[in-house]
Amino acid sequence: MRNTYIPYPVRIKQTRVETEDKMLKSFLLEFLNDSDAEAFAYTPGQFAELSVSGYGEIPIGIASSPTEGNDLLFTVNKVGSVTNKLHTMSEGDIMGVRGPLGNSYPLKDMEGKNVVIVAGGFAVTTLRSTMNWLLHPDHRDKYGDITFIYGARTPGMLLYTEEWTEWQNSGQANVNVTIDREAQGWDGLVGFVPTVTEQVAPKPDNAVALICGPPVMIRFTQPVFDKLGWQPEQIVMSLENRMKCGIGICGRCNVGPEYVCKDGPVFTKAQLDKLPKEY
Amino acid sequence: MEAIAQKIREAAAKLLSEGAVDCVIGYAKGTVPMRDYPYFAYTPEEAQNLTWSPFCTNNLANFLIRRTAGEVGKVAIVAQGCVSRSIVGLIKENQITREQVYILGVPSHGMVDRRKVEARFPLKTITEVLVDGEDLIVKGKGFEERIPQKEVRRSNCYTCVQRNPVIVDEVVAEDGPNDWGGNIDAVAAPWEKLEPLQRWAAFEETVKDCIRCYACRDACPLCYCHVCFVDESQPQWCGKGQDEADVATFHILRAFHCAGRCTDCGACESACPMGIKVRRFTSKIEKDVRQLYDYTPGLDLESTPPLSVYRPNDPQEFIK
Amino acid sequence: MAEKILAKDKLGGFLEGLTSSYEVFAPQESEGKARWARLEDPSGALWEFSNTHLSPKDFFFPQSECMMRFKNLQDGEEGMVMHSEPGLDNKRLLLNIRPCDAKAFQVLDLIFVQDEMTDDFYWRDKREQTTLVGLGCSDPCPTCFCTSMNCGPHSTTGLDVLLVDLGDKLLVKALTEKGEALAQGLEDASPDDLAAAEAQRKSSEEQIESTVGMDQVLSRDMMELYDAGHWSRVQESCLNCGTCTYCCPTCHCFDIQDETQGEDGRRVRNWDSCMSWLFTMHGTGHNPRGTKLDRVRQRFMHKFKYIPAKRGGEIGCVGCGRCVQLCPVNIDVRRVVNDMNA
Repeated sequence: MRNTYIPYPVRIKQTRVETEDKMLKSFLLEFLNDSDAEAFAYTPGQFAELSVSGYGEIPIGIASSPTEGNDLLFTVNKVGSVTNKLHTMSEGDIMGVRGPLGNSYPLKDMEGKNVVIVAGGFAVTTLRSTMNWLLHPDHRDKYGDITFIYGARTPGMLLYTEEWTEWQNSGQANVNVTIDREAQGWDGLVGFVPTVTEQVAPKPDNAVALICGPPVMIRFTQPVFDKLGWQPEQIVMSLENRMKCGIGICGRCNVGPEYVCKDGPVFTKAQLDKLPKEY
Repeated sequence: MEAIAQKIREAAAKLLSEGAVDCVIGYAKGTVPMRDYPYFAYTPEEAQNLTWSPFCTNNLANFLIRRTAGEVGKVAIVAQGCVSRSIVGLIKENQITREQVYILGVPSHGMVDRRKVEARFPLKTITEVLVDGEDLIVKGKGFEERIPQKEVRRSNCYTCVQRNPVIVDEVVAEDGPNDWGGNIDAVAAPWEKLEPLQRWAAFEETVKDCIRCYACRDACPLCYCHVCFVDESQPQWCGKGQDEADVATFHILRAFHCAGRCTDCGACESACPMGIKVRRFTSKIEKDVRQLYDYTPGLDLESTPPLSVYRPNDPQEFIK
Repeated sequence: MAEKILAKDKLGGFLEGLTSSYEVFAPQESEGKARWARLEDPSGALWEFSNTHLSPKDFFFPQSECMMRFKNLQDGEEGMVMHSEPGLDNKRLLLNIRPCDAKAFQVLDLIFVQDEMTDDFYWRDKREQTTLVGLGCSDPCPTCFCTSMNCGPHSTTGLDVLLVDLGDKLLVKALTEKGEALAQGLEDASPDDLAAAEAQRKSSEEQIESTVGMDQVLSRDMMELYDAGHWSRVQESCLNCGTCTYCCPTCHCFDIQDETQGEDGRRVRNWDSCMSWLFTMHGTGHNPRGTKLDRVRQRFMHKFKYIPAKRGGEIGCVGCGRCVQLCPVNIDVRRVVNDMNA
């Protein structure tokens, strides 16, 4: 049996600085071995441990969708020793990817329903994967209306501008991208994500909401959903916690009996309401 | 010592019922032999659980600093010589204020090193240890023996320089004589005779059983750094594995961080689950501090610690 | 296989036979305590001791273990690619392991080996290569409480062979195929032998004075236990050191770090402890278990509530009592769990 602690070797194919403060950088990774690429069968919502030999591993949500081919896209925030090193690496450098890890968004259960996606700041990464997957011609028919609400502090802090502009223009989804305050050159929505969500007022009938964002955004967005009549079972969230093994053994990421790396990171609000708030 | 315990209970009950303090930090009887444990009494009823015995081997000053501001207002603390010196140290280092602490001073009779008692009964299980005057009565399955306490005290108690509390708010029992007789400089002496390579081998031998649990650090009232150097990752000063160099680095660096501050209370050695003689490092450094700066930590609130102060005539032969 | 008998005067030869086919480890005396060590001289094996100072989990889960190596060069060919360390190349035997410690490994199997992705290669390899020969307890400690933790002084869970010391001979009970291989050729035990072993088991169980109630802990709502008022008193004196977690046979949390020296690199795992304030610290500075109370509560909830909830009722404690003996501030797990159960 394969040793699931050993990362697949990958090469950095492309890098792209995503935000104006240069703290977020995307990496497109290609597998060195085709058999590894085949083994890495993932679905939106899952994450992988990015391995930088000599520095360590970091758990990062997979931003690419499996519909985009074998290469994997990750967007990484520069916070600690591993991410600092990763940000200095260039195209052609070898690193590792371990996964796919965790559970995914309940895409099968969501079929036949309207989908509302609310994302704040950097948390939009796995939702890029999800949107590309949902809007793909093979899958679009299976879902009802798709509403996408995404906010960042300034236009320069928005991720994936090319992608969400495409989604906006495709007519396949109702895309609402907002920034916190007025900015020169921006003629889109202005306002915090919770406010915009209230304006969009997504209906709970036969719908599922995927909400991802920093704790402060969640804290103010949740009441909006409550007011609109959404039930906890309809709200799906993705948690983050400090991880090491990523496969549910080392004991670090647990929220009560659940391991964020294995039983999550995707949980419904109904599940989270019964667990300690240790995340 | 039971008389002292009774006085502690009375004093604590009085302080708590008058509302003079929010909490009394002392000891209560342990659930295993030779171990009394740090106890926090909040009511006069709880104060009845307080005790005092030769098995009070932690340093209660440790619990003064791990309380965040506003958690409790004023606390009373049962303190003997070495512990009161640690309190002086914490006050001088601005970790607590003098007003926050109400010190119930007791003289120490010396604490028992449970490992020395256990060593007399190899592989046997001790079920009960009673104090009878100056002796201990050690009981187990199929044996009962009387041992004089003076034969099984903690090593640091034999060389104690100050058994009576140096600062007090209330005297619980009369001071005892400071005549333990041990030469504290002699503790550090064995290292001095060794050549550097031999010394390094002795270091590794001392810490060979270390499991990096950090009980020594966590039991020490001086180790209050928000981020200990071993926890630092940017940069990482010390590996976290069992490499001998990493293990020795942790102990040696920690000893240096305690230089000029360590009151030789022995809580580190008492806490260590592996019985490692960590005091060998701090003893040598404190001896150096005594010789270089003529300074013994924690004896009074006025003198300034030499390693925090610059004086033009500081010794500097070691600068080559 | 029926129970067998091994006379003590034949023990030397039997053990020598073992050391020729296995790397044998057994508790031996070291500075007045029983510690696990390689058995060079069969007469050094201890037969009368309570338990070893630290648990034998080091045999399957070493305190510091190299998981994989890499060449620390970005040279395109083999550089930076991780290669797994190989498994053990020899068979091992742990002699005279206590039933509580053997049961602990069975509990840890449920965590280390779960499914295709959660399959700890290093743990599983060592478990498969090791035979456990247990020694039933005849003289439990005052701190033992195995009988409250679905275990007992003569428990057979997790063992390949259970030995019972009957004075001039050992009762040998083979429990698995690995065990039967060892007991081949031994004489059958007599009904008197079996009765004597049974009497010892009963007597040992009766000697265990500590009881820890678990019925309410297992049935009560998890958040009710989590929000209980007694945690603030439990955590008061805790030093948040790692003593309890490191001496415990069922504690298994670990940290993974990379180490490099010149062109050599390796990824190592080390024991870690949920007691450490760093354990759950995010890179951003947010700490889900930022207070001492959070961390102390986590340890007890994990062992006595979360593990049973997740692993079909199996408790994350075997009642060996080491943490009770070694905690520097005498936080007694028996007292804490009885409070949880109240």
